[in-house]
Amino acid sequence: MKTDPNARYAKTHEWVRMEAARGEAVVGITDHAQSQLSDLVYVELPPVGKSLKQGETFGVVESVKAASDLYMPMDGTITAVNTALPDEPGLINQDAFAAWILKFEPSNPAQFDALMDAAAYEAFAASEEH
Amino acid sequence: MKEPLVYEMSAPGRCGVEMPEPDVPLAKLPEGMLRDDLPLPELAQVDVVRHYLRLSQLNYSVDQGFYPLGSCTMKYNPKVNEEAARLPGFVLTHPHQDLETVQGNLVLMWALQEFLKEISGFAAVSLQPAAGAHGELAGILIIRAYHHSRGDTKRTKILIPDSAHGTNPASTTMAGYTTVAVKSDARGNVDLDALKAVCDDTVAGIMITNPNTLGLFDEHIEQVNNLVHDCGGLVYGDGANLNALLGVVRPGDLGFDVMHFNLHKTFSTPHGGGGPGSGPVGVAEELAQFLPGPIAAIDEEADEDELLVKLVMPENSIGRVKSFYGNFGILVRAYTYIRVHGPEGLRRVAEHAVLNANYLQARLKATYPIPHADRVCMHEFVAQGIIEGSDARALDIAKRLIDYDFHPPTNYFPLIVPEALMIEPTETESKQTLDRFVEVMEKIAQEAKESPQLLHDAPHIAPTRRLDEVKAAKQLVLCATFPQD
Amino acid sequence: MTYFPHTDAERAEMLAAIGVQKMEDLFRDVPERVRFPSLNLPAAISEMEVMWELQNISDANAHVGEFHCFLGAGAYHHYVPTTVDYVQSRGEFYTAYTPYQPEISQGTLQALFEYQSMMCALTGMEVSNASHYDGATSAAEGAMMAVAVSRGARRKVVISPAVHPQYRQVIRTYTQGMELDIVGDETLRVQAEIPDLVKLLDDKTAALVIQNPNFFGQMEDVAGLADQVHAVGALLVVVADPISLAMFTPPGAYGADIVCGEGQPLGIPLSYGGPYLGYFTSRKALVRQMAGRIVGETVDVDDRRGYVLTLSTREQHIRREKATSNICSNQGLMALAAAVYMSTMGKCGLRTVAELCYHKSHYAAKQIDALRGYVVDQSKPFFKEFVVKCPTSVKRVNRHLLKKWGIIGGYDLGQDYAHLKNHVLLAVTEMNRKDEIDALVEALKELSPKPKKAAKKTAPKKVKAASKRRAR
Repeated sequence: MKTDPNARYAKTHEWVRMEAARGEAVVGITDHAQSQLSDLVYVELPPVGKSLKQGETFGVVESVKAASDLYMPMDGTITAVNTALPDEPGLINQDAFAAWILKFEPSNPAQFDALMDAAAYEAFAASEEH
Repeated sequence: MKEPLVYEMSAPGRCGVEMPEPDVPLAKLPEGMLRDDLPLPELAQVDVVRHYLRLSQLNYSVDQGFYPLGSCTMKYNPKVNEEAARLPGFVLTHPHQDLETVQGNLVLMWALQEFLKEISGFAAVSLQPAAGAHGELAGILIIRAYHHSRGDTKRTKILIPDSAHGTNPASTTMAGYTTVAVKSDARGNVDLDALKAVCDDTVAGIMITNPNTLGLFDEHIEQVNNLVHDCGGLVYGDGANLNALLGVVRPGDLGFDVMHFNLHKTFSTPHGGGGPGSGPVGVAEELAQFLPGPIAAIDEEADEDELLVKLVMPENSIGRVKSFYGNFGILVRAYTYIRVHGPEGLRRVAEHAVLNANYLQARLKATYPIPHADRVCMHEFVAQGIIEGSDARALDIAKRLIDYDFHPPTNYFPLIVPEALMIEPTETESKQTLDRFVEVMEKIAQEAKESPQLLHDAPHIAPTRRLDEVKAAKQLVLCATFPQD
Repeated sequence: MTYFPHTDAERAEMLAAIGVQKMEDLFRDVPERVRFPSLNLPAAISEMEVMWELQNISDANAHVGEFHCFLGAGAYHHYVPTTVDYVQSRGEFYTAYTPYQPEISQGTLQALFEYQSMMCALTGMEVSNASHYDGATSAAEGAMMAVAVSRGARRKVVISPAVHPQYRQVIRTYTQGMELDIVGDETLRVQAEIPDLVKLLDDKTAALVIQNPNFFGQMEDVAGLADQVHAVGALLVVVADPISLAMFTPPGAYGADIVCGEGQPLGIPLSYGGPYLGYFTSRKALVRQMAGRIVGETVDVDDRRGYVLTLSTREQHIRREKATSNICSNQGLMALAAAVYMSTMGKCGLRTVAELCYHKSHYAAKQIDALRGYVVDQSKPFFKEFVVKCPTSVKRVNRHLLKKWGIIGGYDLGQDYAHLKNHVLLAVTEMNRKDEIDALVEALKELSPKPKKAAKKTAPKKVKAASKRRAR
C-alpha cells in the first residue's frame, strides 16, 4: 500500500500534510481510498473561506460505483481548493498524494499529532478489509 | 446494431398523425406569449412504428426468457391482466368523476384492499403509493405520526439491518429520521445482541425485510419484533419478498405493524422497464387512522339495495402521497391475479417459488460458494461470484450469462456478501429452465478457470458490448443535440 | 393450474435433490403457531370467468367514451394515437426490468434518452430525468431539490395558491419530517398576483413554486419574475401542462430553474388517476441534486454508441441514507408512451393539438359567458380550462348535465377554495367536438335564472290579450 511518510491520516481515509513554513495544511484522499473507489468522475469542492470543524464534511468524491463524503481531518478555515480537479478528477487516481484537494489554515495545529502516522494507517486500512 | 435516434430520422414537414381541422371559429391568439419554435422530431407513422419495434428487439424481457433477478420477482406477467386493465370502463374513467359514476372502480379498490388485508393479516390498507419506495416513505411517516400523536417526540432513530435495500435508509432520511445499522449474525439473522444494544426510547422503529435480502427467514423474527415493541418502537416490514410468504404466514401475525406491498413483484404486474409499480401500505388497527388517502370505504348509510362505496380520508391521515388514488391500472392487474389464484393458488405460488430457489441452491452449491447453503432458503438465495483458481468475478460471470441468453442475477447486492449474485427464479419457471441455468453456470465456472478472458470481455453477442459507464458519468450527454443547433 | 409449469414427477425430483420429504419442510423456519393460515378469499376462477367479472364491474362505471367530458383539473381527455398502445404492448418493453444491465436493455435506454430529449425541447430546459410517479410528487421533488441545492441552509418554500390543490398537499406530506416552512398558499387570497408572492421572498427562501398555466387554466404574468427570485438566491420552480408548452413560451426561456408537472396528456389514458407520468427537468448545473433515474449516452468497447443509466451515485441503491431521494421504480413504461406520443404527433401535430384546445375552449367560454347567470373569468389569458361562476351550485349543474344530457361536467372549485363556491372549472380539449360544446351550452342555459318580470305598465296589455283569447 502506497503511503506518504510525511502525512498523517484520518480513519476516513484523508491524508493531511503540514506546510509548516506557511502555517498551512494540505488535504487529499489516500491511494488506498482511490483504488477502492476506482475511476473518479466527479469531485465536489467547498467554497474558499469556509470554516469547518474536525470530522465535518467538506465535499464529495464520486465514481460510477460509489459516492464518498470527504471529512476535515482537523479544525480550520479553507484557503485554497484544487481547481484542476473538477475537469480532471482522474488526477487523484493517478497520484493520490500529489493531487491535493484543499488547503486550510488549522485553528488547532495540535490535532495533527493525534492523527495516525503512515504505519498506523496501513495497519488500520488492512484491518478494515477483514 | 445501431438504431438512429428519432431526431436523426426526422425531416421537416413530416407528421405521424393528422388532426381534424378546427370546427369552431378561431379565437385570437395572445400576443407576446407564444413560442417561435418547437424542436420535436417529425416522422412518418411507419417510421415511428419501425423505430420503436426495432428498439424493443434490443431488450431482454421476461416474455423472452429466464430473469433470475434477486429481490425483483420477475415472474410471468399474465396477459389476461393486460386485457383486464384495458377495459374501456376502467381506462376511460376520469379521477374527478362523481363517485356515483365510478362505483365499479371503487368496488374493485375496496375489494383489493380487503384481499391484501386478508393476505397480510393487517387491519387496513391504502392503495395510494405508486411504488415500493413510495410505500416505505408513507410507512415511516405513519410511524412518525403515531409517536407524535402520543406526544412522544424524542424518538429520532430507525433501526435498519445491514442487509437492507437502499430505499430503506433513503426513505428514513426523507422522513427526518437517522439510520442506525444493525448487523446480521453468522446464520444471516438479525443479530439479537446487537439489536438489544440499540433498542431504547429514542428508537421510533425498525425496518425489516423478512425473508431478508439473503433469502433467509429470520429464525428469531418474533423476538426481533418483541424487542422493538418492548422499547416502544414500531416494526415496519419491507414487503418486497412477500412472494415467499403468500398463504404461508401473514406478517401481521408475526408482529409487524406496517408493511408495504410491491404489486409489481408479488402480484405479477409488469415491470415496464422501470415502472409503473404500485406500493400499497397495510397497517395494524391502531395505525389505520394515519394511512395516506383517500381510500375506498363502504358507506354505512347507503340504501339497502345499493352498495355505495366512497372515498374517505382516514381521520389523522399523514396526507396524500400522490395525486388521485394510486396507480389504478396496476390495481386492476393485481385484482385479476388474485382472483385467478384464490387462496390455494396463492399458497402454491409461495411453495413453488421456494421450491425453485432451494433446487437451484442445492444444485449450485458445489460450484459456487453460497454462504448460507446450510439453511433452507426462501424464494431467493445469495451465491458468490468467486471461482477458485480464477480472477473472474461476479461482474464477469453476470456478463457472460448474457452470451448464453440468460439475464444475469442481481449483482453486488446485498452489500454484506462480497461478489454477491442474488438469484430468484420465481415460481413460473420450469425444471427444464432451471436445469439449463445450472448447466450454463457450471460451464461458466469452467470457462473462468480455462479461458477467463471470455468472461472479462463478455458479453460478446449482445446488442452492445460492455459500455463505458465512467465516460457516461464524466462527459454527461443527457439530451440529444437538436438538428437545428 | 394457472401459471405453474411443475408436474408431480418434477416436484418429487426437486424435493429429493434438495433433501427434504415434502413442501412443508421448506418452511420449518416459520413459527408453527402462525404457519399456513387459512385465507378467507374468494375461490379461484378461470381467466375466462375473471374477464366476465371485470366486464361487469367496469360496466358499473360511466366513462368518457360514452359521455361527453368537460372535466380537467390535472387529468385530461386527450387523443391517444394508435401507435402508443401498439408500442407499449410489446412484451420486450413492458415485461423488461429496469435497465441495470445496459447491454441487453438498449431498447428501454434509448427510448428513455429520446423521452428526456423531447421533454427538454418542450420545457426549454437542459436536462430531464426518466420520470417520477406523477405531477404532484414531481412538484414535491422540485421543492426538496431546491432545499438540497442550498445544502439545507434555506428551509422556506413559497408556493402559489394557484398551484393544483393536490400538488400542494403532496408537497406538505412529503416534507412533513423535514422542518420546512411552506408559505404563500394558505396565507394569501387565491386571486393573489405574483407580486404578493414575491413579497414573501427572502434569503431563507429555497424556491418559489408557481403553476403556469395555473390550476384555473390561466397564464400567469411572469415578466421579470425569474430575476426577482434569483435576486434573493432562490430557485424558480414552474409546474406546467405539457400540451400548453407546444404553444406558449417555455419556462426555460423565462428563467425557470426547475420545470416539472404531469405528463398524462402526452399519450396516457385517464385510467382513473394512474398510472400517470411525473416529468422533471432542470438546468444542467443542478443535475447532481436531481432525483430519479437519468439515461446518458456513451460508447461500448467497440466504440459504438450506446446508452446507460448514469449519475447513479445520487440514487438510493448506492448513496442510501444520503441519496437525493428514495425513488427506485418510477413510471418507465409511461415515459415510453410519452416518447411514442411525441414522436408520432411531432412538432406539427403537438402544436395543432394545443391550438385546437385553445380555440375550442375559447369558443365554449364565449358561448357560456353570453348565457344569463353565468360569468366566465376573463381577467387573464387562458389555455384549455376556464372558470365559470354559475347561477346555482356546481353539484346541481353537474347533476343536470349528467342525468339529462349525458355530459360529465367540470370541477367544483368550492371544494378547495372557500370563496369560489358555485364556481366550476371547465376543460375543453381537441376531443370535444363543436356539437358537444353546443350541447353543453344548451344544457347550461336550461339552468339560467328566469328573466326579471316586465315593468307594470305593460302588464295589463298582456292580461287583456289573454282574456281575449279565452273568450273566443
